Amino acid sequence: MYVAVKGGERAIENAHALLAAARRGDPAVPELGLDQISEQLALAVDRVMSEGSLYDRELAALAIKQARGDMIEAIFLVRAYRTTLPRFGASEAIDTAAMDIQRRISATFKDLPGGQVLGPTFDYTHRLLDHSLAGPAELAPLETAPADAAFPRLTEILAADGLIEPAPPDTGEPAGDLTRDPLTFPADRDLRLQNLARGDEGFLLALGYSTQRGYGRTHPFAGEIRFGEVEVELFAEEVGFAVPLGRIAVTECQSINQFKGTASEAPRFTRGYGLAFGHGERKAIAMALVDRALRARELGEEIKAPAQDEEFVLSHSDNLQSTGFVEHLKLPHYVDFQAELGLVRRLRADFTAAPPGDTDVAEAAE
Amino acid sequence: MNAPAYNFAYLDEQTKRMIRRAILKAIAIPGYQVPFASREMPMPQGWGTGGVQVTAAILGPNDVLKVIDQGSDDTTNAVSIRKFFVKTAGVKITTSTADATIVQTRHRIPELPLTEQQVLVFQVPIPEPLRFLEPRETETRQMHALEEYGLMHVKLYEDISRHGQISTSYAYPVKVDGRYVMDPSPTPKFDNPKMNDCAALQLFGAGREKRIYAIPPYTRVVSLDFEDHPFEPRWSSGTCALCAATDSFLDEIITDDRGGRMFVCSDTDHCEIRRAAAPHVPETVTPGGSEASNSLPLEGGGLGRGSTDSPPVPPATPSPTLPLSGGGSEASTSGVDSGFRPAAGPGMTGRR
Repeated sequence: MYVAVKGGERAIENAHALLAAARRGDPAVPELGLDQISEQLALAVDRVMSEGSLYDRELAALAIKQARGDMIEAIFLVRAYRTTLPRFGASEAIDTAAMDIQRRISATFKDLPGGQVLGPTFDYTHRLLDHSLAGPAELAPLETAPADAAFPRLTEILAADGLIEPAPPDTGEPAGDLTRDPLTFPADRDLRLQNLARGDEGFLLALGYSTQRGYGRTHPFAGEIRFGEVEVELFAEEVGFAVPLGRIAVTECQSINQFKGTASEAPRFTRGYGLAFGHGERKAIAMALVDRALRARELGEEIKAPAQDEEFVLSHSDNLQSTGFVEHLKLPHYVDFQAELGLVRRLRADFTAAPPGDTDVAEAAE
Repeated sequence: MNAPAYNFAYLDEQTKRMIRRAILKAIAIPGYQVPFASREMPMPQGWGTGGVQVTAAILGPNDVLKVIDQGSDDTTNAVSIRKFFVKTAGVKITTSTADATIVQTRHRIPELPLTEQQVLVFQVPIPEPLRFLEPRETETRQMHALEEYGLMHVKLYEDISRHGQISTSYAYPVKVDGRYVMDPSPTPKFDNPKMNDCAALQLFGAGREKRIYAIPPYTRVVSLDFEDHPFEPRWSSGTCALCAATDSFLDEIITDDRGGRMFVCSDTDHCEIRRAAAPHVPETVTPGGSEASNSLPLEGGGLGRGSTDSPPVPPATPSPTLPLSGGGSEASTSGVDSGFRPAAGPGMTGRR
């Protein structure tokens, strides 16, 4: 009668075969195509690209399919794949002012150059289950007109009057990259923003929410949220100018936050910044709130809330790190538990032999 | 879509070089946690990605790899990591401690003493021994820099004042080469003495926390203690039900719901070798309710080097050399079968 501690290898293989069957589900139901996922679960694809930090719709769709719709698992697949990709260089900064706008709203001005463009949004829909979607749905014909207006960024308009801090100047320094150099503290804003951009949407959402409820309040306004495609360019040494690589869709949020000013500085508005691949407004807004909260040190604000605490936020924002360590509790801990078990037994035996208050223990401590 | 072709041992050569640089630095400053740009590996962080990256960086095509988890080659995660290297590096694998050139481990050090020809790679969840005393990295790094370890001693002292003994049974802090306090990873403190003056190079990888640290061969490793409360690696005296070993770390297995227990070696290779040598050891199952018999401290376990007044071990003479050749293909022809075979000669000796 020996308890089986052998057989791990075969058990794993069998478990994986079961997983493959569970992933497929009922074989009578047609299998999902990547194009279906990419087209009809587009926001899931966007999130996987964003937190997976890899802009590739097809790979993200594949990851979602392979992960059975588990978003963090899908993000994991994309990140692990990303590890194997060579790195050519860093692109030029994207110009979101030149964005091909699909949606652009400001919550601070009723009208502004370019106007409010609602675009495809859940906002103002009534969240009533639409049973007609249970089957193939008829689409209402679309009437679209090209948005030919220019859409200057609201923050730049405000900055012209000095009402808001100017955008930080481009120092020409290459931006930090926490995937190439380990994050150290204190971290500069470039690394913080990179960390937040890869960070878990739910975590940032909760943190951003906490700032609104008074834990590190920053009095935010959604100055501007825009979504659309931008050009990505790479400076090519050989030819001496930037060449376009392609276009990506991004969502950008610039928040406008109060700043009381200091003895040497007049009060003015400050900024928080959020950016996500694809259409991800929740993520972008939450990121802007947290970015602003994390600027507490720079702006001389008292740091007392979790969202302002750089080490706390940046060390716990990554959902792969979080899920890995939380779920590693499933791994065997026989040995350390055994060590603890031995200790507790010994402590209990000592306790029974010499109840607390016994002089022995007191002496031992001196 | 075609399956992507991966580089030898998964990581690209640039990444391996980055990790090797961190390992070199770690060896040069024993016990110091070197930050490194940990990559996302195809297994979850917290499941051994640090150890996997270290192994991938030092692995050569002629290496023989052993992977254990909880002392056993056959626990699920050890199987998974071993398969990963079989798949991505095609190296020879073994379950025999003696035959391995690299042993990757989680939570145990093999019972068999390691040799100069071997490297032990630990998977580390939380590399910072001060983390649970001070959660902030900015603070703990400074404490290490200033060699400010009073807080740790206060913690151990509080243990003694509360329990009459130091109530840390695993991940028991050690001081390496008289300088850095180090977390030995969650190995039971029973294993701590094996780290001292060990012939093999010991490397520690923490992937999620992005840290690598090392104990070079023949380095003094002292478990923290007090003169009047010396470190005791004591472990419940017991006997392995399979091989009758009395000096190995034992796993407890619950055999029924009436308190029946049996104890078997945690190190399965150790147990198998002993059983092969003496095949007819009867199984013994501890009858229910007698658990106290297994909770007695190992008397006179005298591995007295824990006390603070023990004489210092002379500085290590052999220093490991690292092949820092570039591509894997070059490395494969260089005749270096273990990426980290320590060799005598000048190197980092006397660096500190």
